[in-house]
Amino acid sequence: MSTDLNAARRRSTPRGFAFEPIFEALCFSAAIALLIALGGVLVSLAIGGWPAFAKFGLNFITGVTWDPNPEHEVYGAAGPIVGTLITSTLALAISLPIAGGVAFFLVELCPPFLRRPIGTAVELLAGIPSIVYGMWGLFVFAPFFATHVEMPLMAAAPAGSIWETVFSGIPNGSGILAASIILAIMILPFMAATLRELLATVPVQVRESAYGLGATTAEVVMKVTLPYIRRGAIGAVMLGLGRALGETMAVTFIIGNSHGFPKGLFDSGSTIASTIANEFNEASGLQSASLIALGLVLFVITFIVLALARLLLRNQAKA
Amino acid sequence: MAVSARLVATRRLANVVFVIFCGLVTAVALTALGLILYSLISQGIGGLNLETFTKSTPAAGTPGGLINAIVGSIMMAAVGMVISLVIGILAGTWLAEYAGDSPLGEVVRFLNDVLLSAPSILIGLFVYEILVFPFKTFSGFAGGVALAMLAAPVITRTTEDVLKLQPIALRESGVALGSPVWHVIRTILWRGAASGILTGALLAFARITGETAPLLFTALNNQFFSWDMTHPMASLPVVIYQDALTPYPDLNRLAWAGALLIAISVLTVTVVARAFAKEPKR
Repeated sequence: MSTDLNAARRRSTPRGFAFEPIFEALCFSAAIALLIALGGVLVSLAIGGWPAFAKFGLNFITGVTWDPNPEHEVYGAAGPIVGTLITSTLALAISLPIAGGVAFFLVELCPPFLRRPIGTAVELLAGIPSIVYGMWGLFVFAPFFATHVEMPLMAAAPAGSIWETVFSGIPNGSGILAASIILAIMILPFMAATLRELLATVPVQVRESAYGLGATTAEVVMKVTLPYIRRGAIGAVMLGLGRALGETMAVTFIIGNSHGFPKGLFDSGSTIASTIANEFNEASGLQSASLIALGLVLFVITFIVLALARLLLRNQAKA
Repeated sequence: MAVSARLVATRRLANVVFVIFCGLVTAVALTALGLILYSLISQGIGGLNLETFTKSTPAAGTPGGLINAIVGSIMMAAVGMVISLVIGILAGTWLAEYAGDSPLGEVVRFLNDVLLSAPSILIGLFVYEILVFPFKTFSGFAGGVALAMLAAPVITRTTEDVLKLQPIALRESGVALGSPVWHVIRTILWRGAASGILTGALLAFARITGETAPLLFTALNNQFFSWDMTHPMASLPVVIYQDALTPYPDLNRLAWAGALLIAISVLTVTVVARAFAKEPKR
């Protein structure tokens, strides 16, 4: 009896059953590897940047002097930090209305035969590497911007007015505003594509009943579909902001790369990412530590933005 | 009566303004992006010739091409894809099949999404700290690892998404036949999800071929042709970056040619990936 049972058990145990826990462990360790990767980034930045924080304390964040001269090394990162925040915010301010307009156009207004080609083009452009945007900014956009925008505006600004301050800088085409515009162009396809996807999730009945009540297209978009995707839309915007904050190549080409506090829109500046890209390979000792500490600041800023974005998008997906 | 007529007129006007605005910004956006593509093609074609594909990167004023950068890019992308495919598919499988709604699963899912859009230059710094600094040399292998860290979250995400699309009945019928779960996953679920996973892999590949920032501190650059992944290695994006910032027109032309090559390969891969994604589900 018992031997029969054992034989039956042997038969009923599927081939390869022993591998079951191993396979699960493999899958599990791969998932944990991802956690370790992200945790490792944080820890390595914190350890590598520690000498800078220890030496300068809060002055590292608030100081405006970034001087690698070995005689009197001082690293204050306020310039790059403010540069990062200003360029990203400006880029978002420029890009958001345009991306929204493109998405609304594609979903509500576009003649059907154009919808697919334009939609596909926007999605494909979202995948173009940022270095291409940077190169275009440097070789094509900057010369145009210098002669057709910067110089006339600087000439037109009345002396002594606020405009003179806002438009101050060297009109060579690179600077804070130029970098913001290139960033805006770069995040535009991504945001437009995401917003369009979100708008497509609005049930047809919701839109049609709004039209049925006599709402105009503008009212349907502003009062019905946009509120419907509100959370997801904010999430998409913050993802765009996250891209702009961490973008390196598109900015490094055109921001001018000076460490000071930018004084005007046309003044050259730097962002955290561009400073790291420019200096890290030539840096050593305290400068190297300061650059890694800058990386930690960027990590914290983007982590907060991305975390908020993901939480909002996730809730939208569940709703 | 007069009030409502005025109201209708205002609403109509607001609508016309809105419609014109949307049409206008779409035109502006498409023009800007069209201009970028135009300069990319017009400037890039000029730099493309046989030497581009047969010679290594030159010093200014001498003839040369991009072959070392092309080969370097392909090799590092290959290393990155192998690592990220293994990690990504296994991690995605864990999230879809084993994790469920458990708190750890939610944490991994969430942090994977964060890693998905983390600034790539920070990934570069991290890999510098763990693979370049300790071994005292920049290396193609470090570049590959940095690229893997960018590709793995993409693959994890798509793998989880497509596995969840597989019907429960498939899993149940596999187990009912007496197969162990891992066998069901390998022979039934992965096979069913193959085209979706492939799409994710291609999109990840498209993403890492254009990445510059993480390679700056890991693979650095190499003026010469090299198969050796334990030493500095050239890559298209880094060569573009360095050549574009020189004042020499011939190097700038080479940078445009490289940018065109990258853009073409990224677009091709994306189009292929989309074609796979559209294939009807069996």
